[in-house]
Amino acid sequence: MRRRAALTALPLGGCAGIQSAADGAGRHAAIVGDLFTLFLWITGFFFLLVLLFLGWAILRRRSDGTAERGMAVTLAGWAGLITLGLFALTIASFFTDRWLAAASAGREPPLRLKVTAQQWWWQIEYLDPLPANRLRTANVIHLPAGRPVEISLAAEDVIHSFWVPNLAGKQDLIPGRTTDIQLLPTRVGRFRGQCAEFCGLQHAHMALDIIVEPAKDFAAWRTKALAPAPAPQTPQQKADYAYFMTHQCASCHAISGTPAQGTIGPDLTGVAGRLSLAAGTLPNNRAMLQGWIANPQTIKPGSRMPTIKMSGAELEAVTAYLETLS
Amino acid sequence: MTAAADLPRDGAELRGEALHARLSRTWDTPGDLYARLATVDHKIVGQRYIVTAFAFLLLGGVLALIMRTQLATPDSGLISADRYNQIFSMHGTTMMFLFAVPMGEAMAIYLIPLMLGTRNISFPRLNAFSYWVYLAGGIMIWVAFLLNVGPETGWFSYVPLAGPEYSAGKRTDFWAQMITFTEVSALATSVSLIASILKQRAPGMAIGRMPLFAWAMLVTSLMVVFAMPAVMLASSFLIADRLVGTQFYNPTEGGDALLWQHLFWFFGHPEVYIIFIPGLGFVSQITETFCRRPVFAYPVMVLAMVSIGLLAFGLWVHHMFATGLPRVGYSFYTAASMMIALPSGLQIFCWIATMWLGRPRFDAPLLWVLAFIVTFVMGGLTGVMVASVPLDLQLHDTYFIVAHFHYVLIGGMVFPLLGAITYWFPKITGRLMHEPLGKATVALGFVGFHTAFFPMHVTGILGMPRRVYTYPAGMGWDTLNLVSSIGAFLFAAAILLFVLNILWSLRRGRPAGPDPWAAPTLEWATSSPPAPYNFPHIPVVTGHAPLWDEPGDLPVMTGLRVDDRELLLTTVMDADPEGREASALPSIWPLIAAIATTILFIGSIFTPWAVVWGAIPAAAALIAWFWPKSGDVPPEPVIE
Repeated sequence: MRRRAALTALPLGGCAGIQSAADGAGRHAAIVGDLFTLFLWITGFFFLLVLLFLGWAILRRRSDGTAERGMAVTLAGWAGLITLGLFALTIASFFTDRWLAAASAGREPPLRLKVTAQQWWWQIEYLDPLPANRLRTANVIHLPAGRPVEISLAAEDVIHSFWVPNLAGKQDLIPGRTTDIQLLPTRVGRFRGQCAEFCGLQHAHMALDIIVEPAKDFAAWRTKALAPAPAPQTPQQKADYAYFMTHQCASCHAISGTPAQGTIGPDLTGVAGRLSLAAGTLPNNRAMLQGWIANPQTIKPGSRMPTIKMSGAELEAVTAYLETLS
Repeated sequence: MTAAADLPRDGAELRGEALHARLSRTWDTPGDLYARLATVDHKIVGQRYIVTAFAFLLLGGVLALIMRTQLATPDSGLISADRYNQIFSMHGTTMMFLFAVPMGEAMAIYLIPLMLGTRNISFPRLNAFSYWVYLAGGIMIWVAFLLNVGPETGWFSYVPLAGPEYSAGKRTDFWAQMITFTEVSALATSVSLIASILKQRAPGMAIGRMPLFAWAMLVTSLMVVFAMPAVMLASSFLIADRLVGTQFYNPTEGGDALLWQHLFWFFGHPEVYIIFIPGLGFVSQITETFCRRPVFAYPVMVLAMVSIGLLAFGLWVHHMFATGLPRVGYSFYTAASMMIALPSGLQIFCWIATMWLGRPRFDAPLLWVLAFIVTFVMGGLTGVMVASVPLDLQLHDTYFIVAHFHYVLIGGMVFPLLGAITYWFPKITGRLMHEPLGKATVALGFVGFHTAFFPMHVTGILGMPRRVYTYPAGMGWDTLNLVSSIGAFLFAAAILLFVLNILWSLRRGRPAGPDPWAAPTLEWATSSPPAPYNFPHIPVVTGHAPLWDEPGDLPVMTGLRVDDRELLLTTVMDADPEGREASALPSIWPLIAAIATTILFIGSIFTPWAVVWGAIPAAAALIAWFWPKSGDVPPEPVIE
């Protein structure tokens, strides 16, 4: 398994970001990283030649003799050199493109997902021939390391772009079309993706978390996620549950195993186990969750989540219920 | 023998003060308001164009500084998402449509007739009309922006985001109509320039002797003529979708969201070259003058510009690599995009070779050329990177791209422009700019620019997307963004210094005389600033560098009327004298036609009926504009 960092030639020590093309954690990103290194060397060489020629032209001592003939020969040589360089880069680019397309070939069958983008969050569906194994979630993708992933991409409203730089390049999601992207995560870790096509007011706040884990952990997560949300136990929990189900929340959000089946907002089954809230806008903890529910329009103005008048107790009830959905 | 005062033509007997008096009477623009509004003098229209486009550069720059202030720190709450989105949309729109394209044309409107040795631009009324329409479009979009109805979907206005469903209100309509204004004005000017360059060159200035700036403007203007219709179609479809309920771009009704991108980029990519090819022209003229020899390998330079102009129309899909089009097609566009590096690389070589072979004099204009070469080459090389599909899929829509195209556009167009303004300032005003201050401006501008934009390459590779109004802390982007913001203010300081230099030099600059740089091209053969009629006699050209080829007085051609506006037409290839052509007199009707057009365009933002009713005053103005001359023109004099 290749684990070398992508785009290694750059002096980016210590820049192992969770959303960085310079820190490849997937086969595709690593291949692109190697290509970038090649491009950087070749273009750097040409830049150096230009600088040397320019510096020499400025500083050289001038004699009376004309050197036009020699210069014409040099020009022809320069044209040949550029052509050669461009030819090499075009061929390298062409074959890299084909390698990328075949990067997952010959491995186990891919994990199939469908990602649907909308202003400004991501719906994630794990596809499976068996309906009982289908799973819907939002703004977070768990992936097993070492297994190819094939994601079918769709957009509900405007054009978005799916981009997890640590894993691969980006792919647009276009209303009226279906596109797809292949991933092959090779390193366990937590990464971040972000919408890369300007999609309106809150384009800046449309991220998602990618959790690459060992196959065993992934299987455990999936089993747990497939289970319906835990039923409320204590009287307090029952009251919290009732509040959620009988107020506005349930008309937009879905929670599996409950009457809440709204599809306007993200599916909240398992929300307590997510790393972030509001499509990567806030870290997920109790204070942030309460802040988000109480005042989404201040945190993410224009979001489809309305500010709903709630008493402190009601806010507590909603938060407490959501916290049981781990 | 007739008294000199009655002679209807210039010639051996009519010259000096008498000739000046007669030609001035024919060509002058009096100082009263009416005459100023009615003028068709290319120098006056050109100056207006230059000043207006420069004002838009400053406005667009202020927007950039606001954005850089917001982005200097993570999670900044300085400006709201909505305001930021309007600001970045206006920054792009202003810089592309109201500054960069018009500026290249503006310089050409002023310079081309002088460089070619003629008395006015072709279709001078159309040219005046072009300026008024441009001004109206620019004012409209800025007033809309200040009233909080500025565009919010980027300078590229991708549908469906810019469609009726997701961009409610009139914001995008103002943007689309601004496109219409700039299309009309750019097309009008381009037609004038093409006709001037092909038909009004001084006798003997065969097409292979034309100054490279004229070549650059010929290529640019032809590109405008072929590229603008695509965006005109795109924006008309958008307006129709938004205003009368057509469904060109609505996928749920059989339209297609990608249709917009194809049409837009078929224009949008040539647009980039439309912006910097005039810059290549500036660089060629400056290099020639300050290296005191003609540019090395003139045919290579010309063919390079022509091939860039042609190739530019075959690359548009490289803006769409992430949309999932077929891979075979992508390979073609990769190869085509890479190919553009060849003519560009040859040009770079030729300029450096000119310095090598010549005796360069490092005044401010040539220093701007040096800044151009270093910066533009870097932008070109990152362009080679993003031509590759796999690399582009990582770099597309990140700050790497922001860095790339600012290297190309500021490096390729703004640096040469600042050099060009310094170079031609004495011709336009009669005074030189302050040289030490000019040199300091180059240094500050160069350092500021690279401080601002170099870090963005890294920011982009580290995953920061474009067009975000804020970003979270801890992503590794904080320091880089802060450095970029500091650099942006340094670069702005350089621009401020440049403006101060202009203001100071207008009053106190050293008087220039006709040819302060010992330059070779015809515009330096006349006084600074030039007389309203440009040249007392039409010069005759015998080589590439007329003023160097003919030390002392240029040979001239006589026989043009002095009592009526008349131009010499020459053949397209060899510039052999072919005939005399009347040049349009001043007229207020281009202004009135522009006002009527403006009413039609702005009205049609609100109701489709504006197109119907607005056409009536526009047609009336055009009829008055084209009304045949009355019969009191003196009869054609007999040729002896």
